[in-house]
Amino acid sequence: MYEFKMPSLGADMEDGTFTEWHVEPGQNVARGEVICVVETQKGAVEVEIWEAGVLAKLIASPGQKIPVGQVMALVATAGEDWKAIAARAPSPPPPPGGEPRAGTPARTASQQPAAVTDSGAPPPPSERVKVSPAARRRAEELGIDLASVKPSGAHCAISMADVEIAAAATKPPDRQAGMRDAIAAAMSRSKREIPHYYLASEINVESAIAWLEKRNAAVPISERVLFAAMQLKAVACALRETPELNGFYQGGAFRPAAGMHLGVAVSLRGGGLVAPALHDVDKLTLADLMAGLKDLLRRARSGQLRSSEMSDPTITVTNLGDLGVDTVFGVIYPPQVALVGIGRSTVKPWVTGATIVPARIVHATLSADHRISDGMRGARFLVELDRLLQLPESLS
Amino acid sequence: MSANVRINYREALRQGLREALLRDERVFLMGEDVGRYGGSYAVSKGLLEEFGEERIRDTPLSESAFVGAGIGAALNGMRPIVEVMTVNFSLLALDQIMNNAATLRHMSGGQLNVPVVIRMTTGAGRQLAAQHSHSLEGWYAHIPGLRIVTPATLEDARGMLFTALQDPDPVLIFEHASLLNVEGEIAAEPQPVDIDYAAVRRQGTDLSLITYGGSLMKTLQAAAKLAEDGVSSDVIDLRSLRPLDDATIIASIAKTHRALIVDEAWKSGGLSAEITARIMEQAFYELDAPVSRVCGAEVPVPYAKHLEDAAIPQVDGIIAAARKLVK
Repeated sequence: MYEFKMPSLGADMEDGTFTEWHVEPGQNVARGEVICVVETQKGAVEVEIWEAGVLAKLIASPGQKIPVGQVMALVATAGEDWKAIAARAPSPPPPPGGEPRAGTPARTASQQPAAVTDSGAPPPPSERVKVSPAARRRAEELGIDLASVKPSGAHCAISMADVEIAAAATKPPDRQAGMRDAIAAAMSRSKREIPHYYLASEINVESAIAWLEKRNAAVPISERVLFAAMQLKAVACALRETPELNGFYQGGAFRPAAGMHLGVAVSLRGGGLVAPALHDVDKLTLADLMAGLKDLLRRARSGQLRSSEMSDPTITVTNLGDLGVDTVFGVIYPPQVALVGIGRSTVKPWVTGATIVPARIVHATLSADHRISDGMRGARFLVELDRLLQLPESLS
Repeated sequence: MSANVRINYREALRQGLREALLRDERVFLMGEDVGRYGGSYAVSKGLLEEFGEERIRDTPLSESAFVGAGIGAALNGMRPIVEVMTVNFSLLALDQIMNNAATLRHMSGGQLNVPVVIRMTTGAGRQLAAQHSHSLEGWYAHIPGLRIVTPATLEDARGMLFTALQDPDPVLIFEHASLLNVEGEIAAEPQPVDIDYAAVRRQGTDLSLITYGGSLMKTLQAAAKLAEDGVSSDVIDLRSLRPLDDATIIASIAKTHRALIVDEAWKSGGLSAEITARIMEQAFYELDAPVSRVCGAEVPVPYAKHLEDAAIPQVDGIIAAARKLVK
């Protein structure tokens, strides 16, 4: 049996509010399948499962605040009978706002008969819930399920006020304020704990952009690739030379990452930012990378990121070139150990040999954790980045 | 604007009578003891001296006879005001009121209308016991062909009579005995008042207190106390019990979503039941709580002071019912 737990969707996450299940008991789930949605300070995140099997028991219920690591569902793995697991499982915890369950839930509840526990739905109420006509109408207007409303009015019936209280409680949390808090916490920790060093290079990207323009001219608009995607590929490939920039510093030790999962900083409409991961960028073709980037931006802005994207970027890339910024001095997102900043490309006089030619130039910067790497290694990364951008076909 | 004067309800009724007698020579007043005695509640005191025996007429102790005479006079072009001592005694004239006054326009195919106004005292609170203290205006409000009005303020006590006299059909005016000595400020110059609409005497948001007549003052006092606790009430003075001004009631409930009816009469088959039914029919989906009623106890009104007090709506009872409703 596999216990599906609340994942950590970022180093600063302590808990998440469970939103909905995409699966039902008895359903087969594949590794990597999105099975539920969790609301975090950074928005709603689609959570994948990393174990294949049969969903046996859904424990988390909508609206519940669940600490990282707490079991949300039970999954029957190969050879196991999901119904038997469901029957042994504790019944779901009370919905938020409900009375606390008496006694210790897990062990005592496990003796309950299977019939009670094989669906996540509560048993039908034995008594008709009283609802005032006005409250019923208001609930319809607000889209509130009356089963979730607690009566407090006269005659123990649900009143309009009860419906409005329930509606206020189900309103999504103030995501913007939550996100601001999360950024504040992460960045304070970064500046408090990480001894940053900063390096910057001017990189001539004339040949890279010219190559890209030529490539794009030959394909339909839908298949065109932005220079930003090419930069990501170049960063990922350059990291092969300097693995000490790609990974996590945790518990006083550095753990290099197996893949180049680039966290792409995306600023959100209405404020705040997220940096979800594009996975194994060094191994993607430019076309796949572009498609992945587009999809990630769309989902980041509509709040539909997946748990793996939130939890495992190994280095962050911030591109503020579109906004006219020349040079980015980034703050590392812990527990990562480096951040690559890319500024705008501008045409400048470039000395090559004895002549001066106009060329498109970008400022690439590196913020890195001095506990893990030194300036020499950081410099090597930027040199490698420059070298790769002079060989655009190698990045295709 | 004319200046204000301080008068009581009895004086307001007297001014209304004088005004009507002065403005229309077809108007005359008749009833038991309205002349020489000045009215059993002293409402018509001094009018005999001013207007003479032709227009202020004492009658024998026969409600059926003098109400019938009033109906006859109205049929013949006069504008009689008939005073019946109390609503309990009006039952002796019920045949005249119901079978003649209320039906003649219908039975004559519209040829005969009865522009009579019948005034009577109603209600408890003066230790006059079970034969002088009931509130039967709700019964009269049952009858098509009659208009039933209940002045609860000084303006209405003075002004409703003349407006009622303009109605081509019978109008019954119910004057609550407990209001006679209530004093207040009123414009010295009489203002015309309508007899068609309910009035919202106090504006609020949390519940609608619906009442009329002798219970209006108590209900307003209750509303003031409730407001101290943060419960804000609409207070509706029905003014006309037939026809009922449904629109004002429904509009208030659409705002507050809760209704409490205060009526000194009995609940069973009464006006409060009728109002409740209309709310159900017209405002069911506005209701956030069941309609509630504070009404007279279902007993003959007792003589003993403490029992009489206990038998009819009081301020504390209204407050308690209102609190329960908004809990």
